[in-house]
Amino acid sequence: MTALRPDLRALDARDRGGPAQPLLLVHDLKKHFPTRGGGFFGARETVQAVDGVSFAVAKGTTLGIVGESGCGKSTTARLLLHLIEPDAGDIIFDGDAVGAPDGISVRDLRLQMQMVFQDSYSSLNPRATIGDIIAFGPRTAKRVSAGAARERADRLLEQVGLRPSLFARRYPHELSGGQRQRINIARALALEPRLVVLDEAVSALDKSVEAQILNLLADLRRDLGLTYLFISHDLNVVRHVSDRVVVMYLGRIVEAGEVAAIFRRPRHPYTQALLRAMPSMDPDRRTETPPLTGDPPNPINPPSGCRFRTRCAFAESVCERVSPRLDPIGGDHDVACHMMVPGSGHSRAVEQQAAND
Amino acid sequence: MARFIIFRLLHTVLILFGVSIVVFGLIHLIPGNPLDILLPPEAPKEVVDRLKVEFGFDRPLYEQYLAWLWRVLSGNLGTSVFTGLGVTHELLNALGNTLVLALPAAVLGFTLGTVFGTVSAFNYGRWPDKFFSVLTILGLSMPHYWLAIVLVVVFAVIWNILPAAGMGSGGGWPTSWDDVRYLILPVITLSMIPMGVIGRMVRSTVLEILSHEFPTALRAKGLRGRRILFHVLKNAAPPALAVMGLQLGYLLGGSILVETVFNWPGSGQFMNLAIFRRDIPVLQGTVVVIASFFVFINLLVDVLQALIDPRMRR
Amino acid sequence: MAEITAAAGAPQFDEAQEAREFEPRGYWATVGARLRRDRTTMAVGLIMVLIIALAVFAPWVATHDPLQGSVLRRLKPIGTPGFFLGTDETGRDIWSRLVYGGRLSLICGITPVLGATCLGGFLGLLAGIGGRLINTLIMRVVDVFYAFPSVLLAIAICGVLGAGIGNTLLSLTVVFTPPMVRVTESLTTQVRSRDFVEAARASAAPMLAIIRQQVLPNVLGGMLVYATSLVSISIILSAGLSFLGLGVTPPHPEWGLMLNALRQAIFVSPVVAALPGVAIVITSLCFNLLSDGLRSAMDIKLPS
Repeated sequence: MTALRPDLRALDARDRGGPAQPLLLVHDLKKHFPTRGGGFFGARETVQAVDGVSFAVAKGTTLGIVGESGCGKSTTARLLLHLIEPDAGDIIFDGDAVGAPDGISVRDLRLQMQMVFQDSYSSLNPRATIGDIIAFGPRTAKRVSAGAARERADRLLEQVGLRPSLFARRYPHELSGGQRQRINIARALALEPRLVVLDEAVSALDKSVEAQILNLLADLRRDLGLTYLFISHDLNVVRHVSDRVVVMYLGRIVEAGEVAAIFRRPRHPYTQALLRAMPSMDPDRRTETPPLTGDPPNPINPPSGCRFRTRCAFAESVCERVSPRLDPIGGDHDVACHMMVPGSGHSRAVEQQAAND
Repeated sequence: MARFIIFRLLHTVLILFGVSIVVFGLIHLIPGNPLDILLPPEAPKEVVDRLKVEFGFDRPLYEQYLAWLWRVLSGNLGTSVFTGLGVTHELLNALGNTLVLALPAAVLGFTLGTVFGTVSAFNYGRWPDKFFSVLTILGLSMPHYWLAIVLVVVFAVIWNILPAAGMGSGGGWPTSWDDVRYLILPVITLSMIPMGVIGRMVRSTVLEILSHEFPTALRAKGLRGRRILFHVLKNAAPPALAVMGLQLGYLLGGSILVETVFNWPGSGQFMNLAIFRRDIPVLQGTVVVIASFFVFINLLVDVLQALIDPRMRR
Repeated sequence: MAEITAAAGAPQFDEAQEAREFEPRGYWATVGARLRRDRTTMAVGLIMVLIIALAVFAPWVATHDPLQGSVLRRLKPIGTPGFFLGTDETGRDIWSRLVYGGRLSLICGITPVLGATCLGGFLGLLAGIGGRLINTLIMRVVDVFYAFPSVLLAIAICGVLGAGIGNTLLSLTVVFTPPMVRVTESLTTQVRSRDFVEAARASAAPMLAIIRQQVLPNVLGGMLVYATSLVSISIILSAGLSFLGLGVTPPHPEWGLMLNALRQAIFVSPVVAALPGVAIVITSLCFNLLSDGLRSAMDIKLPS
């Protein structure tokens, strides 16, 4: 998706900072879950699901978040909407801090930021009609009248490609996966958000249906001036959909930047391994050795220092002692790896520096 | 695991506390002065006052409660207002008699229930299923005191092969075939409800397990019928055990109806008499003991469940 | 993004054909249709309606005054002209006492369950939604009541308060509330963690609306199934209380009471003595089967 040119689009009436201000700015977000393990009187062990995540999303663009299961992407999504309370960190929406007294309340945030969930079936109330499901948000949160809400629901159904006369009075169990996901999208749009978080929104669909939904999402973004946060474990999809990408591992960001840069020249060993693990259609390019070995470590006891070091071919003692920071390495490309930082103490640091110049 | 047991024990103590408060509070539910029940209305005032002090009714409520609790914990359940005898001794006797009924009834009911439920589940939809399902649901829907009457009519009146009431040589476990004859009808009656509950429960649990894929996987691995049965039952055991524990408690506490019909000198009858004589100490003592039994049985069942099924150790 | 070509945009089915074949049906309508196909449950339902009708229209269906008896007519057997089900130990017509007794027995069966469902349902919902503290508070108190076997609790309360139908209703409501709280709390907790409730929270809806429109409709079904099975227990328990003399007082006709009174008669007229029990069995069985039927009908995943 190419980014919108700001001058082509009238700014949303709720816009506060203009096109230069990021719509969403996340700084050092943290969430730790206590587990029920550990001793009776001893310290509770914690799952460090999200451990210091920072990124920004520019208006009208799509940010992709990639990572394996358990890396914290879904938790991050829920933290953004305050469905789970963050332990630390700031979320700033169009210049207003969420939850701060002079900023924006969670409720108002939800009127501008919505989410599309992964499991299309369980995210729809089995006892309600499609029309009611879509109208629920406007009716209760914005106190729109029943008639107006129903009209809006019908309009949204049309926008996502479903005929209201056929679908508005149906029930979720009567529909296919692709249709249900369209309804999830319609529901998310019902409150007229500016930012839509798509949490593995196409992961559970067949490939052909996935293509349709992605096309729909592209059209909607163009027509409604939306900004997307696209979370997925599928690298191909993320590459097609995103303007910028963030790669997560065990609750931290290891690499971030413009999609072309990341996919063409990945710098972090983890990203490199992920990309090499993508199967190729070319029979001449077979993967002989597995790019990544070992199991992902336990999020309850993450490795000290760099969390990837236990599976990294280039790990050294500095990686165990010091956690790498997410640092820019030129252009729109940030990496969290000691090899990228000259003077970090890693033997390859100087070489990479030379390669960069 | 140890942590789980400790938590459970704490929980149990808390519950027992609550039970004691409820039981103690029961007596104060009675409209009017508790003393009025114990004494005839024309008793002279000095007697009333003296007894008030003696029973401690003049002291504030929480003091009475603590005093009562202390007595109970040290084994003294008070004296019967009616007979003047210690409650503890008589109650334990009566409980023993009830156990003579409850334990065999439990064994019978659980065994029958498990067998019926398993057979039903493995023959889902076919006639054995329908037959045993009818049996189990009848067991549940029948007032067992009515069944008792019917059985007495058939076996004692019409055919005259079993005694209609009583316990036989009196007290304790049966020591002769003659004693056992007195046991048969009450035990069958008491076992009906557990049979029904367990039967239906086992049927639905086993059906649910069979609908998972792992029995099919076991069969694909080449396991024969009996081994598959073993695996299925092992999975069905934890919830079934929980229900069995509950049922044992109900047998202990709910035997009163059957004991009334068969004139069996158990704790149920003991309580029945106490109610009619308004013998509050006896009533309190009985309820407290039986409830405590129940709580301990539940604790045991929980621990057993956790031992068998690691998922239960929360 | 690069255009992903597929049969994109156009829906893959013939909308017009779907419209012809498919009539949208709500959840309860689907349940109703499944119930109608279940012959056993339909038959049971019919019998229940019959029993309830007999009880409601007792004055018109009874052949005699249920309270009037003559010692001359004691314990007549079944088939006696004019008293086709016989007479009881004081000469009252059994049939008439059975239908009038049905009123009391049904009231004692249904009312406590109704009360327990309202109270227990409310508390269970609260415990499921209200957060850790409220949940712990409510569920621990429920645990204490669970420490008493239900028969014991009912008898203890009735024993303390005295006999009479009011106390019976009260004690049974107390006995049935804890199980209802537990079932409702468990259902509520399950529903609450489902994705669509989270989605509802994400749409900035107020809590009350979420409870009313998302949580409650999904919990009511399970509550209904459980309540129906409780009625069958309640009928037996209330009759048992009367049997012990703790429930309805004589001379009112009530099945449990009749059973007790007729106990002495088993040596003389055994069949007559067994009749009230038969009434209890049939009614209780009907409610049990109804509960089962409801549960299968509501489990949409199972084939009907």
